[in-house]
Amino acid sequence: MSLLDVQNLRVSFTSEAGPVTAVHDVSFRVDAGEVLGIVGESGSGKTLSLLSVLGLVDKRVATVTGQAMFRGQSLLDLPDREMRRIRGRDIALISQDPMTALTPVHTIGAQIVEQIHAHERVSRAAARARAVALLADVRIPSPEKALDRYPHELSGGMRQRAVIAMALSCNPALVVADEPTTALDTTVQAQVLDLLRALRQSHGSSVVLITHDMGVVAEMADRVAVMYAGRVVETGPVANVFNQPWHPYTWGLLASIPPLTGARQGRLYSIPGMPPAPGTLLPGCAYVARCPAAMAVCHTPPPEQGNGAHRAFCFLDASQRAAARQKVGALT
Amino acid sequence: MLATITARLAQMVFVMFGISVLVFLIFFATPGSDPAARIAGRNAAPETVEQIRQEFGFDRALPVQYAIMMKRLFITRDLTSFVNRGQKVIPQVLDAVPATLSLVAGAAVLWVLGSLFVGVVAAAMRDTVVDRGLMILSLIGISMPVFWLGEVMNLMSQSRFHDTWLFSWVPGLGYVPLSESLGGWFKALVIPWITLAILYIGIYGRILRANLIEAYSEDYIRTARAKGLSPTRIMLRHALSTSLLPFVTMFGLDFGALVGGAALLTEVVFGLNGVGRLTFHALQNLDLPVILATVIYASFFVVAANAIVDMLYAVIDPRVRK
Repeated sequence: MSLLDVQNLRVSFTSEAGPVTAVHDVSFRVDAGEVLGIVGESGSGKTLSLLSVLGLVDKRVATVTGQAMFRGQSLLDLPDREMRRIRGRDIALISQDPMTALTPVHTIGAQIVEQIHAHERVSRAAARARAVALLADVRIPSPEKALDRYPHELSGGMRQRAVIAMALSCNPALVVADEPTTALDTTVQAQVLDLLRALRQSHGSSVVLITHDMGVVAEMADRVAVMYAGRVVETGPVANVFNQPWHPYTWGLLASIPPLTGARQGRLYSIPGMPPAPGTLLPGCAYVARCPAAMAVCHTPPPEQGNGAHRAFCFLDASQRAAARQKVGALT
Repeated sequence: MLATITARLAQMVFVMFGISVLVFLIFFATPGSDPAARIAGRNAAPETVEQIRQEFGFDRALPVQYAIMMKRLFITRDLTSFVNRGQKVIPQVLDAVPATLSLVAGAAVLWVLGSLFVGVVAAAMRDTVVDRGLMILSLIGISMPVFWLGEVMNLMSQSRFHDTWLFSWVPGLGYVPLSESLGGWFKALVIPWITLAILYIGIYGRILRANLIEAYSEDYIRTARAKGLSPTRIMLRHALSTSLLPFVTMFGLDFGALVGGAALLTEVVFGLNGVGRLTFHALQNLDLPVILATVIYASFFVVAANAIVDMLYAVIDPRVRK
């Protein structure tokens, strides 16, 4: 059984021009011990989907419907009090920007201890000892000293480590990492990814890794879900999606990564056009305006094609894909 | 830490010096008027004016005049009023200080507690009836002139309802020193406190609400919520603690200004013999030495309050330390 199973998640906001749906019928699941990568460009709804599942969107402006089952509990129907018990203890969040993710006026230690105390009845000394161990786990040098540091006294990489330590403080079953490396230097990115991979093994948590970086997905994830304009357009095991991508959007994403081997390309591929503005009503495929292989039929809802775990929402069938994908190459 | 405080205090003395020079120049070096005649007051005899000119050295160079004035203000403290002949100015100001301090300090306690309550509750219950109600009440509080509110309070507590159970405890207008009777001091000041505090509860409550709502859009609040903390804890430990800086800044300025005489209207309405009322009477009589002394005194409080606020910053926000 999967740890987290999200079905037909839909998030809409009320605006002056009526409701705007930002996430359309998103479904995905996370199994115990696996890393699910969710990729997509900014505004594709990947962060919003996960925040809605965690109940972290503002209920006054957003409406969340659908189903999110976590260990047999329906998260979207839980009262706030129950949800609070799950957040931080069973499901932890690592935010994108470590510079702003920690409260500036409290020490790192106080913030970690606070989370432990919110979920467990342990003595102050025990909580502090655990915080030291956690900071050591995330390889912060001299953890006892770091405990009494304020966020502004640490570098970006160190802060992100502290955020990760805090997320792991109650041994969560699931960690949602929202672009954990985006705000960091390239060298620090690699360190943080290594760390996440090691910690996943030692703490045994499942991870939902939200990113726009296909490289990070290839390196970290077991399965991947590609999101575009608030929809999951393709999902499957990383090997399948990378070797035989089905959806033209995935082709575009993969073509925009510079290859490490072979002749140097003239220009890197970039997907033409812009994603549709949220709120634009699209009866058919959301990618149609930018798709090199668009057909007339694409203006009607695309069917779900599937082969085992690998699924995509597209009209192109196996026989048409190779020819259509040539067009992406031709555009470079 | 000690070095910072020392540096801040030195700075404060320097600012005080600058203010005293400015005030001196405005009072005694304004072209086209004779300072001696102004100190002497209306309809003074020419001999008096001549005597003052000698005494204050107005026939000598400006720096000498400044030195004489400062000496009489701070060292010999024998600056006398010529309107109320022979009355020493400095003891008069010092006598007025306890009433003003009592009034402003008590009101400050009320307005800090009141506005924390208003701001926190309104922000926590944002966009509900409670929030709107509190904001409307705050606006009403801000809009009521303090002299009008004071008179209405007096009308109710001293006259119309004085004989009912509600206000029978209210003593007559005037200040009762704390050293005389704690209960009397408290009773005499409760209504002035409330009157003075209402305006500030309105202003501070609204500003705090705005700051809190801004803080709620910060990432660290999302982190705090993702940690599974209770709403109360998020509000008090994460949102409020980061929203206090503007609050403290304003508090320092307002407190300094009020102690320095801005509580004038409240003091006059409630017959409290404070610094504001003293300045008020001095202005009516054009009693220049008294005005000079109260202005210097007021500036001292504003500067001191600012220095204290700067030190408080370091307590509230670790980023300001060092």
